[in-house]
Amino acid sequence: MANLKINFNGIESPNPFWLASGPPTNCGEQIMRAFDAGWGGAVWKTLGDPIVNVSSRLAAIDYAGKRMSGLNNIELITDRPLLTNLKEIAAVKKKYPDHAVVVSIMVESREEWKEIIRRTEDTGADGIELNFGCPHGMCERGMGSSVGQEPALLREITSWTSEFSSLPVLVKLTPNITDILDPGVAAVQGGAQGLSLINTIKSIIGVDLDRFVPLPTVRDKSTNGGYCGPAVKPIALHMVAALARDPRVTVPISGIGGIENWRDAAEFLTLGATSVQVCTAVMHYGYRIVEDMIEGLSNYLDEAGLPSVTRLIGKAVPNFMDWGSLDLSFKTVSKIDTDKCIGCQLCYIACLDGAHQCIHTRTGDCRAYHGKSDHGAGLRDHIAEPLHHPENDPLLRQVPYVDEDECVGCNLCQLVCPVPGCIEMVER
Amino acid sequence: MNKQNTLPASRLENRFADGKPLYSDTEARIEANRCLFCYDAPCIKACPAAVNIPVFIHKIVSGNIRGAALTVFETNLLGVSTARVCPVEVSCAGACVLNEQNGQPVNIGRLQRYATEKGLAEAEAKQIPLFTPAKALNQSVALIGAGPASLSCAATLALGGVKPVIYEKRALPGGLNVSGIAPYKLDSVSAMDEIERLLALGIHLKTGYDVGVAPTVGDLQKDHEAIFLGVGLGRDKFPGIEGESLEGVWGATDLIRKIKNEESFTLPDSMKVLVIGGGNTAIDIARELAMLGAETVDILYRRTEKEMPGYHHELRKAKQYGVRLRENLLPKAIRKNENTGLLLEVENKLTKQKDILKANWIVMAIGQENQARRLLPALDTDKNGNVKLDPDTGETSIPGVYAGGDCVNGGKEVVNAVADGRKAAFSILKKLSASH
Repeated sequence: MANLKINFNGIESPNPFWLASGPPTNCGEQIMRAFDAGWGGAVWKTLGDPIVNVSSRLAAIDYAGKRMSGLNNIELITDRPLLTNLKEIAAVKKKYPDHAVVVSIMVESREEWKEIIRRTEDTGADGIELNFGCPHGMCERGMGSSVGQEPALLREITSWTSEFSSLPVLVKLTPNITDILDPGVAAVQGGAQGLSLINTIKSIIGVDLDRFVPLPTVRDKSTNGGYCGPAVKPIALHMVAALARDPRVTVPISGIGGIENWRDAAEFLTLGATSVQVCTAVMHYGYRIVEDMIEGLSNYLDEAGLPSVTRLIGKAVPNFMDWGSLDLSFKTVSKIDTDKCIGCQLCYIACLDGAHQCIHTRTGDCRAYHGKSDHGAGLRDHIAEPLHHPENDPLLRQVPYVDEDECVGCNLCQLVCPVPGCIEMVER
Repeated sequence: MNKQNTLPASRLENRFADGKPLYSDTEARIEANRCLFCYDAPCIKACPAAVNIPVFIHKIVSGNIRGAALTVFETNLLGVSTARVCPVEVSCAGACVLNEQNGQPVNIGRLQRYATEKGLAEAEAKQIPLFTPAKALNQSVALIGAGPASLSCAATLALGGVKPVIYEKRALPGGLNVSGIAPYKLDSVSAMDEIERLLALGIHLKTGYDVGVAPTVGDLQKDHEAIFLGVGLGRDKFPGIEGESLEGVWGATDLIRKIKNEESFTLPDSMKVLVIGGGNTAIDIARELAMLGAETVDILYRRTEKEMPGYHHELRKAKQYGVRLRENLLPKAIRKNENTGLLLEVENKLTKQKDILKANWIVMAIGQENQARRLLPALDTDKNGNVKLDPDTGETSIPGVYAGGDCVNGGKEVVNAVADGRKAAFSILKKLSASH
């Protein structure tokens, strides 16, 4: 079994799976259960001046019958007394000395930072994460993402904390900026020893169409929230990769955003993350999902012949290029496997209406191979004939075919095809 | 018309549970999300009424239930009953591409029931009717028989602005929808609900009119712009053997009608039943009697299971209720026996061996007579007496006389009758608007 241990700039962890700061890390009892379930580390729910939260706080997007493909929250930092949290952090660290306990913090003044870092260090925690990401509520008071959006301010506060702290300081970045490199590099310049990203994306997740109030609704009003969950993963992957390939970023990255299983985690690791943090998936399914993450990642590493997870970190970064560096001479065409095709013709309609009119059918309105064009433009004077002409086989008659001369190799047909392996993109 | 006055409260069919109940919202959402939303979908092509199935299911997913119902009704005004009656296993769901994927087709019948029943309930609750009949023209069409073909035709005419007048021999409208569908699929009260909704579109129903006797088709032709024959099939056929008129020998559709519609009709205890036939009516009545507690129910078929015209999925379910199939048996004679009721002499078609089977009831399910030519001797029919039509217009060999349903196809599904009626209605509307 591959070695899953990581060392995140001095923070040691039995595996790269950490809980992100949020409801799953609200108290010590939770985190102890999470460690028992197999999580390697946890970032404690943000400490600061305790606040009062609203009700309700969450709303989600469901997709195709599946719940919570995206989640939006308007919850703020911890609403528990600081002392209670500090006591519990110490207790957790005492009971689980080998696990990574990082404490998220968000306060305002230099003095406040100094004080809270000192008290946090006394708990025996392994690291500190500066919450410069929260895009709702706290940012209206000059904290959270309002810091993360101002590189100069971010650099300054980071430098204070690096000065006060003997522990590694991670800076949690907000994605609500134009270029993630600006705050990322500023954090490194300020002395950050790690970057965590992404925090949530500023969002309105939906509208109650009967009451005309955005969601989630607090009595009869709402506010923007922070968006997370499986839907944000691509945004997070890009930002992690953008930092990982920049030579100015010399510190490890903790990847966050839509991670639900080992495969998601492996993708973040290949794009440069050293650890990953999970919140929404645990809010959805509980701590137990870590079992599959550990097992799946370990199996994957074994099959890939990688003895340690650290060998996976950044493996895909060199292949993440600017568009201008891509090979324009490389061409693929779509091939439909007649035996696997179930005849739904989603590739046909997707290509016809949403791509380049290169897939044709033997039935229905399309009579292309009999000489009558089925494309809207009707400009093409020749359309390749299908390989078969099975007039009498009702199933084969449903199978579309590709005009390979015209196919631009865009992939859309393969993406909409519900049958794995039915449509392959083949190099021309 | 008030169904309370026409359907007795105490009917044997009340003992059957709804075999495929209305989906809950959650069930419908999960099932609807399984649909791939195919383009040029095979399910539509397999539907005799060409219901745009992927579109109505897509509308269920988005929560547009009113739209989903309207999509069904657009080509199938009997969408509520056909959702429950259609043999989807061999039509739409049988053609579903997911059969090729994992063998689990989308449950289209139950989704259609959800779309139509919920859509209608929603429209009623919000008091925004799904249909607005067109302003009536001064033209009318006479429809003979009040079964699914005529109802589909009449409702389409009413929405198109032509006044339909249905002449029905029986006291109850609905044809087989009310009197013939297996009660675990569709009970007569639900069937009547749909019919009442259709009648409310502006259909004039005259029950107790035995067209041919009074009035004659000729009389109707004088008063109406066109005639639609939706007379279905007639009496159950009997094999013509000794003893077939003895008490305890039933025609299958006659017996089903008693189970479904008749006041206080009961099945005596400890009944041994023999059903003669191999079609879906034979399978239906056999299963109904088995479910009602008959001691034994045997289907006697003259050939083998493989050659049965009845659906295999229906036979399989009937067998689960204890129905047995006995192959290669021909009925030869029925005699009365003081102790056991009836004795049926049968002959094995292959071995020619004779046997005597005891029974309390013997049910003949070998088809029904075609009665169309009895009404109109000049009609062009095929050798089985089925009315011949112009396939594009639904018009018979007599100009101005249209037909559809079982009297044309010899006995198919409700949905075939619905499609026929709709096609004829559009031909009639087209003709009338051209001559107007």
